[in-house]
Amino acid sequence: MEALSHYLSLAVETIFIKNILLAYFLGMCSFLAISRKVETSIGLGLAVVFVNGITVPVNWMIHEYLLGQGALQWTGIAGMEQVDLSFLTFIVFIATIAAMVQLVEMVLDRVSPTLYQSLGIFLPLIAVNCAILGSSLFMVEREYDLMEAAVFGASAGIGFFLAIVTLATMRYKLKYSNVPKGLRGLGIAMLLTGLISMAYMSFSGINL
Amino acid sequence: MATRKNFSIVAGPLSRSNPITTQVLGICSALAVTVKVDTALVMSGALIFVLVGSNTIVSALRNLIPSRVRIIVMLTVIATLVIVIDQLLKAFLYDISKQLSIFVGLIITNCIVLGRAEAFALKNSMRESALDGLGNAMGYGLILLLVAAARELFGSGSLLGLQIVPDFLYAGQGGWYVNNGLMLLAPGAFIILGLLIWLQRTVTGYREE
Repeated sequence: MEALSHYLSLAVETIFIKNILLAYFLGMCSFLAISRKVETSIGLGLAVVFVNGITVPVNWMIHEYLLGQGALQWTGIAGMEQVDLSFLTFIVFIATIAAMVQLVEMVLDRVSPTLYQSLGIFLPLIAVNCAILGSSLFMVEREYDLMEAAVFGASAGIGFFLAIVTLATMRYKLKYSNVPKGLRGLGIAMLLTGLISMAYMSFSGINL
Repeated sequence: MATRKNFSIVAGPLSRSNPITTQVLGICSALAVTVKVDTALVMSGALIFVLVGSNTIVSALRNLIPSRVRIIVMLTVIATLVIVIDQLLKAFLYDISKQLSIFVGLIITNCIVLGRAEAFALKNSMRESALDGLGNAMGYGLILLLVAAARELFGSGSLLGLQIVPDFLYAGQGGWYVNNGLMLLAPGAFIILGLLIWLQRTVTGYREE
């Protein structure tokens, strides 16, 4: 029970309080570009949940057993505890993400062609979504263990999903409003995001 | 060298085709590092290095890269440059690199870098690509500095760590002024950038479809 509530509170914290998009600004590019339609925003959100839930634990294992200080000790070669490859973190993580996206794409194409069709162009674009790389880097910085990393990855994705679907529905309603000329499009989307982010601030302080 | 075309490649991204406000690229880091002016300055410097470097290298390799694997080749070039700048920052500006935390690493996925490599450097000569990189990185830096200056001034009453708002104005010391704490939080960044985009688009007359 103890463990379960720990993971639950980590998930709530990651989804609402430390929302990857509204508190850390990660994934803004696709957030603004893809939130014009509700259907596509749901597709992108699902793809992010999926890919993030897989890549964060995979990157955790890579960091734990290959890259971190003394991570290569399991090879049993003398002197390995001195080796610190953490300067390679960025390049290895981005390669893992690109490879995982490719893999997810092939599996989806084989298993569920309808879902694959609906995600369409968004799946490959995820490889350069800051939210994915950002979650992996946060995972290293905050020193999670494997289970925490898995929970964190999935709930960061869910936080992104919630935020992008909220903005997409608001922009849909916005079509019928009279926005000042210079503010149309990106400007009003930024202001709306500010308001959503302010609403999410009210979650801070909640502890499970 | 200093022809009109080269000049417009550098100067265009500063206002009319600004990467942040017009092309909608690289917003993530623009918001995250702008609580204080000094982090924004360092971040802009890092981006100038990475963007000029990546544009030049990608342009030099543009006839050798097969188009099917171009994304991964470009990412490798960018990631290498980011590792170099990250190690340099850790060595010489350790405090600021701690404050920037993961956002230096996130230059890899900064859409400006990949976007300019894909849209410009793959089709143009090395010198023009380097200039394009310089112009776009400076356009990015300009917006970063404006947002950071607004947030630091209203949020902490200082600029570059120097106090601007005089002591006697503050509520605790007989005055009436209170710093706006919202500016230091995430919503402040979104709203300041939104207003800046409004201003820039009203001045240049850029309209979205």
